Formats: sequence, structure tokens, C-alpha cells
Amino acid sequence: MWTTPGKLRAKGIIGMNRRNIRYIGRYNSRKLYPLVDDKLQTKLLAREHGITTPALIGTVSTQFEVKSVTRQLEGHPGFVIKPAKGSGGKGILVIEHIDGSAYIKPSGAHLGREDIERHVSNILSGLYSLGGSPDVAVIEALINFDETLTEYTYEGVPDIRVIVFQGYPVMAMMRLSTAASDGKANLHQGAVGVGLDIATGTAVRGVQFDRTRHDHPDTGHELASLRIPGWRTLLELAASCYEMTGLGYLGTDMVLDREHGPMLLELNARPGLAIQMANGEGLRSRLDLIEQQPDGVDAAARVAFAREHFARRAELVSAADATTA
Amino acid sequence: MSRLPFYLLVGMLLVAGIALSVHRHVAFEVPWTPGEQRQVWEVEAQVNFSALGDPVMVNLALPSTQQGYRVLTENTASSGFGLSFLEDKGGRQAQWSIREATGPQQLYYSVQLLVAPQAADQDVKPPELPREIAWERPFDTAASQIIERAQQRSADAVTFARELIRDFTGDRQGENARLLLTQFERTPLLVRLLNEANIRAREVSGLALDDGRRRQSVKSWLQVFSDDGSAVLFNPVTGEQGRPDNLLLWEDRGGAVLEVQGGTNSRVSFSMIQHNQPASTAVRNQLDSDTLINFSIHSLPLEEQALFQTILLIPIGALMVVLLRVLVGLKTSGTFMPVLIALALIQTTLLTGLIGFLLVVTVGLVIRSYLSYLNLLLVARVSAVIITVIAIISVFSVLSYRFGLNAGLTITFFPMIILAWTIERMSILWEEEGPKEVLIQGGGSLVTAIMAYLAMNNPWVRHITFNFLGVQLILMALILLLGNYTGYRLLELRRFKPVTED
Repeated sequence: MWTTPGKLRAKGIIGMNRRNIRYIGRYNSRKLYPLVDDKLQTKLLAREHGITTPALIGTVSTQFEVKSVTRQLEGHPGFVIKPAKGSGGKGILVIEHIDGSAYIKPSGAHLGREDIERHVSNILSGLYSLGGSPDVAVIEALINFDETLTEYTYEGVPDIRVIVFQGYPVMAMMRLSTAASDGKANLHQGAVGVGLDIATGTAVRGVQFDRTRHDHPDTGHELASLRIPGWRTLLELAASCYEMTGLGYLGTDMVLDREHGPMLLELNARPGLAIQMANGEGLRSRLDLIEQQPDGVDAAARVAFAREHFARRAELVSAADATTA
Repeated sequence: MSRLPFYLLVGMLLVAGIALSVHRHVAFEVPWTPGEQRQVWEVEAQVNFSALGDPVMVNLALPSTQQGYRVLTENTASSGFGLSFLEDKGGRQAQWSIREATGPQQLYYSVQLLVAPQAADQDVKPPELPREIAWERPFDTAASQIIERAQQRSADAVTFARELIRDFTGDRQGENARLLLTQFERTPLLVRLLNEANIRAREVSGLALDDGRRRQSVKSWLQVFSDDGSAVLFNPVTGEQGRPDNLLLWEDRGGAVLEVQGGTNSRVSFSMIQHNQPASTAVRNQLDSDTLINFSIHSLPLEEQALFQTILLIPIGALMVVLLRVLVGLKTSGTFMPVLIALALIQTTLLTGLIGFLLVVTVGLVIRSYLSYLNLLLVARVSAVIITVIAIISVFSVLSYRFGLNAGLTITFFPMIILAWTIERMSILWEEEGPKEVLIQGGGSLVTAIMAYLAMNNPWVRHITFNFLGVQLILMALILLLGNYTGYRLLELRRFKPVTED
């Protein structure tokens, strides 16, 4: 049930305390936090830097506007309402399509107009924001995620988390929502995390609830064949978020859109440590290597460096081979 | 980025904290443990005399803090007499006065003395030598012979005194000595002879402390000053050198113990009793000598002291929270909410407190789940929860009182605003993450609160934090160090275990 600090250190695993003091405390300046804690700001900033994000339908910032929110939604087949300062996927409402007066969630549940209004009102009063401060509701167009990934996920949109350290992509994983996670892509809620090889964008290893998995629990599809199309573009997009925000230790959440390719969903100044579980490897050695690199290298060169040095061989393939043999 | 200033700061805090605590322990005899008993002597002096109907003035010498004993408190009883305490280079004195009194009078003075091995004599000044000492015949020859004899067999002031006294004791008592004793009192005679030999000396009054003795009187002792100015005590009868452990010098300036004007047949007698006191009480009774380094909560009025006793415990609770979150990795709902709950538990006792807390939070959660249907703005909703909490607490107090459970009344010690926020947070957590997460965070908060309570309610911890302010600096240094800890948390050893398995 327990392991020893020595074994964790040998694996290069980073604990919460080390992450907070050594990386977040040292490389993430407090004054830059609002850029990533407020999704609306992130979105506007990304637009300035030419980084694609899901289309913005509108925002609601006063309770007075709540009644007119449905008017803004007219003409959009599906949409997502999220709190600008939410965290951990809280308060995100996804409506897949509108059927007459009913708003239908990916799970098939029907919501009425007043349900939408109440949700927006809750967001504004700060129910989902850090510290309960008043917030703004952001309405975005629904992402049409790449069909090649459909069978790897259940209900929700799978996203790709890349840890970017001083502009270098150091570790990546894909988060697949499951029935257990209620369509959300949060690992601690039961989503499947699939570690991705930085060199190729192929699956390394899968975990759910901190235990190894070889297939998706709901669709039954094996995970070894998972391969992210447009991997280099995605990494370069993630890496350029360093110049955009100035944050040295950054978690970037990306999605693959059918038409627009990789898109930036949101940024996180305090990315979690579960990515180490999904990759079966600690961050420590990779972060140490990056700390020795000089500044002022452009994004493409940083991605090339990372792909060269952080290449991995998939464990899932060998494991699958071993079981069939 | 150098961490040197950080470690210097921590080191300075540690050194200052430890030094302050040790200073308080050594200089004020504040013990490290609360159960430690201290020996306290209670000595009562009773002054008797017959007044002649005229104005009366009574001066009684008073003991002061000296080697082995520390004066704690003193009291007097004297009906109709005016009283003042005098302090000059002649030592401390109590002066009673009355315009007119007749017949037998009684005055009382009692003092509490702490047996304190570290206590030191106040600086004793040797007396001046008298300018001229006149002897009548034939005592002058006897005196000079005795002095000459002692001079030959001694090397310095102390050995001279020893030889001199030996000449007046037992079988060595010679003819000259016997002659002198017919004319003079023994101790004043010895002082006179010593002064004649240019040695500073005086007669002091000592009281032998013996548990349960009554009607004791002071005995005269001989204090001889050596050439370097240090005082040595001699028993004038036996010639024994040094001070017995149970000897209290009642008067050590060479003056009289009792002086009465306007009365006759005056005498002072002493009774004494020894008892043990908890050290903390003994410390509290110390006469205030307020200096900056003696910065102590004890100089505040009693009511504020009680308040500070609680305030000074909060850093202990904070330390427990830091330990459990940084080293163990427990999740709590609201960072320092457990400390506030622990403070409430101190008032309510553990079991009643826990039952009360769980009752309030459970009922609060049920009512809060109804409030979420009403679709209210956040501030209004939390305010509604606050009123609900107050209502729940009132109902429980009344109910428990009706059922004869007085312990239930202590539920009012819970911080209501904090409880309301706890309920609000738990409720949101329940909706978003499910009951499991509520149990984890609620359980974590309760475990932390109980640990903080156990630490804060420990008698030794209470004693240390209240009596040694330096401990606060040590706690500060510890918390700073913990804030610098980059190692794994205990629960991470379990969380990351699957990674190490292959």
C-alpha cells in the first residue's frame, strides 16, 4: 500500500511540496496569474498572439444581462458556458444541440431556458470562482473534435495536457472522459489518463484511478493505437504559450478540432502531478535538463530539442504483445 | 537565489527563542513542567509590646530576597496602626505608627519565601570601620593579647575571625576571653575585636527555618568581610564557618530587628510552616520586577492573562495544521478552520464538541440542500446559512437544557460564521464531487481539529506557551522551516505507489 521516498526519488517523481516551492514559486510570478486564472483574458491574449482558441460567442458580466442570454445563443447549434475564473472544470455546462425550447447535454439530459439562466446567474455570483469572487460567464462555440479520437472517449471532449517548462514541452498526456468521470476530463474524477510520447504523440501508458489500463472502460477500445495527428503543431502551439504568458511552469490544455486543428482550451499555472502517473515516469530529470538550457531559443527549436531528448518507447504495445503471446 | 538569509533568519529566531526561554527558566525559576512542586516557607513574625498611652512607633526589619530564598508575597495585620514599608541602605523595614495606644499590643507580619537555590544575595556593602574604639582598663590589655594571639595563628581576615572565635569557645576559652565576656555581649564583642584588628564585620540576625516551629526567635550571627569584600558568616557560639541551608537572614545590615518607641516589654517571635506549591503558582506570586527582558504575560491583569493563555495556543494549532498538510498531505475544508474548531473543543470538551459539530453540520447540510433549490445569490445564501446555524445552535441548547444535559449548552462556543462557511463549502463539494470528497475533506478537517485540540489542550504545552514567550519564536522558526520542505508528503507515498511498481 505504501512505497518509500527512496523509490519515488529514483523514479524522479515530484511531490506537491517540491512542485509548489521549486517550480511554481520560482518560475511563476504571482502577477501573471490573472492571465491564466481568467479564461476570458487568456482567450483575448491568445487571439493577440495568433493562437487558435474555440470561437467566442459572447460573455455575460451582469445579472441584468442574464435574461437575454438565450438571445445571444440563437443561431448556434451547440455551445459551452464556463466561468471565466473557474478551476478544475467546475461550472462548465456543455449543450450539444438545441431542440426547440430544450437544451440537450451530451448525456442526453434536457434543460430548460431557466436552467441555463440559473447556471449563468450562479457563475456571476461567484459560485465556481476561486474565493467566491464575482465572475463573468464565457460562452464559446462547441468544439467539433477530431473523429479519429471518438472511440477513445465517452461523452466529453478529450483534451491534451502538455506541461511546458520554460517554453519546452516536457510531458504530455491525453485525458479521456469516462462514464465514471461524468463526461469530465479530470483524472481524480475517474477520467483515463494516457501518457503521450513527446517525440511522436503516441500512447505510452494508460491509467484510471491511479491503476494501469490498456483499454477505455466504456468504449472498450484499446489505448495502444492512440496517435495524435498534427503532433508537432500541437507542441509548438503549447510551447508558444510561454512567450504569451511569461509563466515558466505551465499546464496547457489543448483540443483537436476537426476543422481548425489543435486549439488552446485553457492554461493552468498550477498543473497537477497526475501526468507523472499517466507517463509512468517522474518529471524531475526532464525539468533538471531544461534548467540547464540557455534562454532565447525559439519555440520550434525548443520543440525539436524536447522531441529529441524525451523520446519514449510505448509500454502499452509491449504489454499488449506480452498478453497475446 | 541564495537561501542563506533565510537560514540566518531561522537560526536567529531559534537562538533568540531558546535564549529567552532559558533566561526565564534560570533567572525566574520558571520550571519546564507544570506539575513541578516548589517548596515555599510561610514565616510569621508576631510583635508583642505594652503601650504606655503615648504615641507609638514600631520598626521591624524585613527579610529580602537572598541566597537560597526568594520573597514572594508579604502581608501584615495590625488593627488601628498606620503602616508603611521603608527601604533604604539599612535594609527593608515595616513601620507601624499610632497616635495613642495603651495596654498589650500585637502586630503581625507574614512572608512567603520560595526556596530558590539560584537566588543570589543583593549586593552587600561592607560596613564602615568605626573611627576609634575605646577600651577601659583592664579590658584593653586582654583585648590586645587576644588579637595578637589570633593574629599570629592566621593568614587573612577569615582565618583571623575563625581563630578569634575559637578563643571564645569551649575548652580553648582563656582567661582574657572570660574577662571580656563579663563586660560585653559575645557577638558585639567579637565585632569590636575584629574592628580593632581593622577587619570589617557586623552582627546580623538569622532565623533557622524548621517546619512547624512556633515562638522562635532570631539568633545573632557574625558576618565577616574578607579583604576582597566578600562576606563570610560565622556562628559566634560554635565558630562554625558558612551558612546553614535552613538559615534565613532576617536582618543583614547590622541594625536592630525590632525597635519600639512608646512601649515596653517588646519582643518579636516567629512561627513558620513549610508547604509545597505548584511551580506555576509560585511563579505567579513573584513580586513584579518589570524590566524589558522580564517581558511577561504575568504583568497583565488576570482577565487579560486568561485571554492570552488561549491566544498563545493558536500558533500550536497552526503548527499542527502545517504539519498535517505539508508532511502528511491531509485535505481540510478551509485551511485554518480546524484550529477554530479545536479552540471551540477546548471549551466544550472533546466528545460533546464533536457530537455538537457533527449535528450542526449535518442539519445545516440538509437545510442548505433546500436553499440551493431557491436559486439565491451567493452572499444572500451564505447569510441564510448563518441564520440557520444560529437557529440550530439555539434549538440544540434549549433541547439539551430541557433534557438536563448541561454539556449541550457549550455548543454556543462554536464560531458560527465559520460553521456557516463550512456548510456552504461542503454543500458545493457534495454537488460537484460527490459525497466521497465531502467525507475525505470533512474527515481531514476533523482529524486535524482533533490533533490540534490534543496538542493545544496538553497541560505541558499550555504551561510552556504561557510561561515562555520565547517558544513563540521557536514555533515561528519551525513553521518557516516547514514552509521550505520540498520532500514527499506521507500520503504521496501511497498515491504514487503504482508508478514505482514496474
